[in-house]
Amino acid sequence: MSGPQPPLLAVSALSVEFRTRSGKVRALDNVSLTLRKGELVALVGESGSGKSVTAFAIMRVLDPAARITSGSLHFGGMDLLAMKDAELAELRGRELSMIFQNPRAALNPIRRVGRQIEDVLLRHAAVPRQALRAQAIAALTQVRIPDPEKRYAAYPHELSGGMCQRIMIAMALACRPALLIADEPTTGLDVTTQAAILDLMRELAHARGMAMLLITHDLGLAAEYCDRVVVMHAGHVVETAPTSRLLSLPRHPYSAKLIAATPRVDRRLDDLAAIAGNLPDLRRADLPPCRFSERCDRYTPTCAAPLPSNTVAAEHAVACHHPL
Amino acid sequence: MIGLRTLSALPNLIGVLIITFLITRALPGDPAAFFAGAAGSQEAVEQIRAKLGLDKSLVEQFAYYVRDLARGDLGTALSTGRPVLDEILGRLPASLELTLSALMLATAIAIPLGVLAATRPGSWIDHMCRALTTAGVSLPTFFTGLLLAYIFYYRLGWAPAPIGRLDPYATPPATVTGFYLIDAALAGDLDVFIASARQLILPALTMALFVLAPLARMTRAAMLGVLSADFVRTARAYGLSRFTVLYRYAFRNALLPVVTTLGMVFSFLLGSNVLVEKVFAWPGIGSFAIESLMASDYAPIQGFVLTMGALYVLLNLAIDILYRIVDPRVEVSG
Repeated sequence: MSGPQPPLLAVSALSVEFRTRSGKVRALDNVSLTLRKGELVALVGESGSGKSVTAFAIMRVLDPAARITSGSLHFGGMDLLAMKDAELAELRGRELSMIFQNPRAALNPIRRVGRQIEDVLLRHAAVPRQALRAQAIAALTQVRIPDPEKRYAAYPHELSGGMCQRIMIAMALACRPALLIADEPTTGLDVTTQAAILDLMRELAHARGMAMLLITHDLGLAAEYCDRVVVMHAGHVVETAPTSRLLSLPRHPYSAKLIAATPRVDRRLDDLAAIAGNLPDLRRADLPPCRFSERCDRYTPTCAAPLPSNTVAAEHAVACHHPL
Repeated sequence: MIGLRTLSALPNLIGVLIITFLITRALPGDPAAFFAGAAGSQEAVEQIRAKLGLDKSLVEQFAYYVRDLARGDLGTALSTGRPVLDEILGRLPASLELTLSALMLATAIAIPLGVLAATRPGSWIDHMCRALTTAGVSLPTFFTGLLLAYIFYYRLGWAPAPIGRLDPYATPPATVTGFYLIDAALAGDLDVFIASARQLILPALTMALFVLAPLARMTRAAMLGVLSADFVRTARAYGLSRFTVLYRYAFRNALLPVVTTLGMVFSFLLGSNVLVEKVFAWPGIGSFAIESLMASDYAPIQGFVLTMGALYVLLNLAIDILYRIVDPRVEVSG
């Protein structure tokens, strides 16, 4: 990336709450992140850290029990939160696409996969009806699905998990979006398929100048495929940095531990360090300003002050009172 | 596949045959004594018993029964003196017309109601759905029937007298299907069509109210479940229109449990026919069965239970096939 560009996606100070029977869950607190055109950014964190909620909030498909309490979402200069449903529907699937975890469940089980791609094309791409089928098959061919004509007529239950994921990608890319959000796109797939799918996504992103937000709990994948990494913990963004910098010079204690907990070929498995403790219960009324403080060995009483956002280098920010 | 499923219905039918036979033999009351009358001598009773074949062993009786059945002979109704097959075939359209109208009425109300209640939880339509379904299941059909007749015929005078399919002065349409509504429409006879529709409304409504509850509740629950499914979120995230999301993605998937419920409900209706036909003097097979039961008349009861059993087996077959059409994941097998 050379020179400052206006961001394609800007999430600023976003907070999301879930109303549940056992109280309010403050799932996201003051989350900010940006993506430039064509940039590949990873959103990493352990399960429950708020990665998917962030994605659902951007797509505006949050659960009815969830409420955006503050913050703003801008995409291509447009205010997503101020948009009417009809305007939003126009944008989603065309400029802003998402592929979901568990692709098999994310596809309509009783509709042929080709028809599901056609539904998206018909909605957004102004394709004449007689060309629909050919376009849907072209979308399948693009994600290298073998025998696309035959797969076109398949139902999701007749396809493997990896194949369903390719269908999802085909659907997401059918209208050439400017931003693709990929939520754990390779969870549950074997390593070979995983690499094939991510290589494919990176290749298509580069070929089309498409930005991608890759949501994963696997720092290794993030390191291999993304330009920048955003680390989340318990609904907070704790650190944002270019990938190589984050891996070599993590400044947040949580990022450092996450890196130490990621297996690498040049290290012994015995050296893998699990991160002590669990995510705090986000229903608690007395959540500390730093939600990592209870698991942190650098904790001091100053950590009770409101969380800072320290810019420690170009594009490297860390939300910690005592960075490494 | 479908052919195989159809074949697998045969053992069910044979089972129905055996059980029907045994149950009617186990009924209390001696038909021979009944038909000989209070003044009948012991000899007369024995004579009737021999004529009916009741003096033979159960196995022999069953063998005769199956042999007669194979010839399409269901025996003779002692109370009317006509063959049971004719009686049943003559009355079946009346029952089917009533049952099917009730089912269509119930489906037409329950499914939109359930969908609306699910898409607007907590709204007035959701509360109405809940009230209606609670009332529907807690009132027995004969009571609803009497209540409706009392209000709409006796008090308000909007409905005609509950005296069957047509009032005695009207001429039934020429029989084609035996369904008065269809036959009247075929004959182009608007007066008879309206008259028979008016007669049909209260009993059909009575039965519809009874099955409305399970249908609406299942539709609502299935819709709620499907609306929070991942694939509906996908559809919304891809900007598909509200109609496509609700109909093609949500409703068609919610339809699967509704079809199952529809089958169950249809069998409830077949059963509740008996009482509703009695209340509205509907000349169907249900009221015929009750009259025969009162008279300890075996053959018609056997014929009635057999017809019901056969209808039920056919119904399950139809539901299975329908299920396969709706859901590509289902393999219809025996």
